[in-house]
Parts: sequence; C-alpha cells; structure tokens
Amino acid sequence: MGAQTRVYKRRIKSVTATKKITRAMEMIAASRIVKAQRRVAASEPYSTELTRAVTAVATGSNVEHPLTTEVERPTRAAVLLIVSDRGLAGGYNSNAIKAADQLTNRLIGEGKEVVNYIVGTRGVTYYRFRERVIAKSWSGFTDNPTYADAKAVAEPLIEAIQAERGSEHSVDELHIVYTEFVSMMTQTPVKDRMLPLSFKETAEESAEVIEGHIKKGPEIRPLYDFEPSAEEVLDALLPRYVESRIYNALLQAAASKHAATRRAMKSATDNAEDLIKSLTRLANAARQADITQEISEIVGGASALADASAGSDR
Amino acid sequence: MAELHVELVAADRQVWSGEASLVVARTTSGDIGVMPGHQPLLGVLEPGSVTIRTAGESGEGSVVAAVHGGFLSFADDKLSLLAEIAELADEIDVERAERALERAKSEADTAAERRAEVRVRAAAGR
Repeated sequence: MGAQTRVYKRRIKSVTATKKITRAMEMIAASRIVKAQRRVAASEPYSTELTRAVTAVATGSNVEHPLTTEVERPTRAAVLLIVSDRGLAGGYNSNAIKAADQLTNRLIGEGKEVVNYIVGTRGVTYYRFRERVIAKSWSGFTDNPTYADAKAVAEPLIEAIQAERGSEHSVDELHIVYTEFVSMMTQTPVKDRMLPLSFKETAEESAEVIEGHIKKGPEIRPLYDFEPSAEEVLDALLPRYVESRIYNALLQAAASKHAATRRAMKSATDNAEDLIKSLTRLANAARQADITQEISEIVGGASALADASAGSDR
Repeated sequence: MAELHVELVAADRQVWSGEASLVVARTTSGDIGVMPGHQPLLGVLEPGSVTIRTAGESGEGSVVAAVHGGFLSFADDKLSLLAEIAELADEIDVERAERALERAKSEADTAAERRAEVRVRAAAGR
C-alpha cells in the first residue's frame, strides 16, 4: 500500500470514530429535549396561576411595595444571565452572552451600574476572562434544573432588590437574559425586565409573556378580598413570582440548550459524513494512482529488459 | 348544587384538579372554608393540610393534601391553590414521613420538623 493511501485510510478511521461520538450525542440530546419540554409544560400551570394572582393584586389594590414601585432615578441594575455549563451547542451560549452584553451596554448608557449574576460555567469563564466583576454565580444544574435551584438563584436577587437603597448590595432593577425555547428548530435569546413590575401595564404584559397564547386582551377582573392584608399577600407573592419566573427561565434555557446541542451535533455528523465521502474518493484515486504507477513500472521494466536482450542478440 | 373548580398546583406539576363543594385550607390568619359563591379572595397559606370535598364529575368524597406554604386565590367559582410543594395524602409515604419527623426532632431542625409533621397529619386525615 502506498504511503498516500495509508494516510487517507487513517483519516477516514478517525473521522468515523468522531462521527460515532457526535451521532450518540445527537441522540442523547434529542431524548433530553422531550423530557425538558415536558418539564417546561409541567411548570406552566403554576406560573400561569401565580401570574394571575399577581395581576389580581395589581389591579385589585394600589399598595406601595418595594418590589413594585419604580424608584425615581435607578442607579444599579442586576442582570441575571442564564447559559449552560458545557459547550458543544452551536451558538447557544454565545448568543445569550451577546444579548446580555447588549443589555449591559444599554443599561450603562442609561447611567446605571450593572451587577452581574450568572448561571452556567460558560458565562462565568467568559466574564472571568474579561475580568468583569461577578456578584454571584451558580453552576452544575443547567441541564436539569429543579425548583430548589431556582430558589437558590432567586434568593440573593430578591435580597438585593429589597435592600435599603444606597447600601452596598442594593439594586433598583432586575433583568434576566435567557434563551427561550420557541420550537425544536428555533431558540431565541430574550432580555426581560423582571422587576420592578409597574403594575397595571407591566404585570399584565408579563402575564401575557408567560401565558402567551392562553389569553390576550383586557379582561374584567374581580375585586379581591385579601387574607390577611394586601401588603402581606404581596410580600409573600412577589418572591414566589420571581422564583417561578427564574424557574421557568431555567427550564426553557435547559430545553433550548438540548435543542441547540442536537442541532450542532446533527450538523457535525453530517459534516463527518461528507468528509468521509470525499476522503474515500481521494483514497480511491490514490489507490488507482498506485496501481497505475505499478503497472507502468512493470511495463517499463519489461520493455527495458526486452530492449536490452534484443540489443545483446544483435 | 353549585360547584367550584379547584386547581391544586405545585411548582413543577399539577397535583389535582376537579370539582368540589367545599375546600378547607389554613391561611396565616386561620382556617378558612371556601364554598361556591364565595367572595373573590387571595390568601397566604400556612404549611398544613388542605381538605377538598369533591363533588360533581369528580364524585363524592374528599381529597386531603399536604401543602408547604403557598397561596390561595378564588374568583368566579374557580379556586387555585398554589404551593411550592404539594402532595396528596395518598402519595405520602407515612413511614418515611414519620422517620423524617423523628430525625428532624432529634436534629432540632424546626423547618424540617414542621414539614414532616404536616405530611404525617395530612396522611392521617385521608
């Protein structure tokens, strides 16, 4: 076997091995999307009902609450970025990070100081490398987030927004950046302002964001009785609202990540197939060239011998 | 008789939904019973058990669930019980809950003790 052929054979073998890996990853991701999608769907009744309750308080009372009143000149804004722990998911992580960068620049342009909260190793390393300050980061659960994880993430955020203005950790606004799972093929990074909700508009808007297709347009809302009081209901309701929004975002991000991985791995497998095809062609051509060369060597050698013997006869 | 539609939802799933004639739950200001036609209400739930007296399509009977904090909202004969964690009494593993209760007691973990106690009581009430 010629040297060239051997090199091609070796490359085909290594690409085939890679293809097997990417195909396996594609199938794993595909099976996980279904599970992740089901979890998004399962969390929906809670967030829908919770949003309805928040909206009910919003329209049914006019209580002043730190989580709902807009401060006059906001100076600090928290941005929660949700990405994944691992790569191999195409543009998934970089798209979400890019969206967070845009939001950060906009907020800085508005004269606000940005405090970074990050979920997912990928985002943490990106920010570390650029030497940006991270207030708090979490990782290890992005593939399969639980409600307890969402609670852990929400806790310092709620604390920061409830903190006295001007104190070290206080923030005036809370933004969230994550990747929305639109469909198997489409996942879009979204930037949302979670708090403060300015009631009347934002609560209903965010209600529509969450409920989406469920209902649109104005609806006559009943007058509620509050047990024990509107303030206390609100006190208890809003942290839960933030948690459930974060939980929903984490689940959507997980589903999106699996979908992005599946797509990236599918195209990797396809590319490997193409590569194997063209390498096989090259290997065949090299083999043919080897054979042709050998034949011409034999023919050349034979005719040289014939010439020599013909010469000696003379 | 009029019925009210009940949705009992936990953060990660829908626990129970159906028709009922009476729902008794514990809010921060005491036990409250909700029957069809009640005034619109929004309350904060204490950890405790919720008793749903089923009616209509769901059949006569009662469903008991352990609820670990949450909300109750009622309007237009629709009652939503929202809880971070909610379990039906039938789903609760009594032995495990009792073990958890003992462990919590010995470790003086009041939060865990209350959680376990709620579950044991809900399971007993079924």
